[in-house]
Amino acid sequence: MMNRGDLTKRLVAKLTHDEAVVAGIGNTNFDLYVAGHRPQNFYMLGSMGLACPIALGVALAQPERGVIALEGDGSILMNLGCLGTIAQIKPRNLTIIIMDNGTYQITGNQPTATKETSDIVKIAQGAGIGGSVWARDEKHFDELIARRFEYGGPSLIAAKIDDKPAAGQTVRDPALIRSRFMRGLGTGRGGALDA
Amino acid sequence: MTWSDVFLNTLKENGVRLVTYVPDNVLTPLLDGVAADNYFMPVCATREDEAVGMAAGAWMGGLRGCVMMQTSGFGTIPNAIASLLVPYQIPAILIVSERGALGEFNSGQVMVARTMRPVLDALAMAHHTLTDEKTMPFIADRAIKQAVATQSPVALILSPLLTGGKVLKNAP
Ligand SMILES: Cc1ncc(C[n+]2csc(CCOP(=O)(O)OP(=O)(O)O)c2C)c(N)n1
Repeated sequence: MMNRGDLTKRLVAKLTHDEAVVAGIGNTNFDLYVAGHRPQNFYMLGSMGLACPIALGVALAQPERGVIALEGDGSILMNLGCLGTIAQIKPRNLTIIIMDNGTYQITGNQPTATKETSDIVKIAQGAGIGGSVWARDEKHFDELIARRFEYGGPSLIAAKIDDKPAAGQTVRDPALIRSRFMRGLGTGRGGALDA
Repeated sequence: MTWSDVFLNTLKENGVRLVTYVPDNVLTPLLDGVAADNYFMPVCATREDEAVGMAAGAWMGGLRGCVMMQTSGFGTIPNAIASLLVPYQIPAILIVSERGALGEFNSGQVMVARTMRPVLDALAMAHHTLTDEKTMPFIADRAIKQAVATQSPVALILSPLLTGGKVLKNAP
């Protein structure tokens, strides 16, 4: 099985164009933080299930920027409708990555529907996101990341991951996170205080 | 001009281009107006909290957005307001068509409507009820400007006094 921290580091290593990354509640954003802060990272400290909608908003606002939503299986299951919305809008610059450990890990490892039953990639395909695939292993994940724009529409990459918790925790300062993210996207207020 | 034209003009004058929504009958003239005007980017969401997330992301990306919903839709977003808009200081404009008041025929709507203003007050979130065409553009314009300037979300509640609301045809 793959590991979330490792996959997140692999992803970040491939981001060379100031892509925005919106990372969902819990382990998902913790491991993004651990992979090394980038000015274009947005860390969610709540609003479970909204990583993809937030990323979609960024993608609509900045169609020339690559935008990535990092989300856990429990979180995406809470908001499956957004996959249909994204499929309808077809933002070419949006990629969704689902870290599927089959559990609500951060609340105590309770099993999710994906543990034995539901298939996120099939759900996403059924929702209309044609470019939805399971990563078979780390090398395949790297390839899928590199080829994520080939479908000409949004793509979704899901990976079965192990049960290791995140290797650290994000600084919990939402106003600072938002302000730095906007600076990273070139939309911050700017001024002497930025120095 | 109808109330909906005046309202959409105010959004335009304030650079609010993205309109995310879950449909509502009373909102129809607004949604039709948005669909007919290339200035706006309409996106129909499956849930109101999804629409809130989109508007939040768009704001951070430099695109101003609003969310249109009915009162029962507001009932699905307190968590998104409390854990995203307020702490992250994101000035999303929430536009709520008010059901549950002044001639409501559906008791479910009445109950959920009672939760709306107490929730807004509990979150110390600015909200204004728009009741007439004369004061509506001033209130909406200033409320949006204040939201943006202070980086705080705001709710504009469209009263049946303004919109006519929804009444039961052939009431018993
Ligand atoms: C609306 C809401 N319901 C429940 C929770 C509690 N909660 C926080 S994180 C989480 C689990 C998230 O699961 P997943 O996205 O799979 O991430 P993992 O913990 O497995 O890394 C839950 C249930 C919450 N924060 N918000």
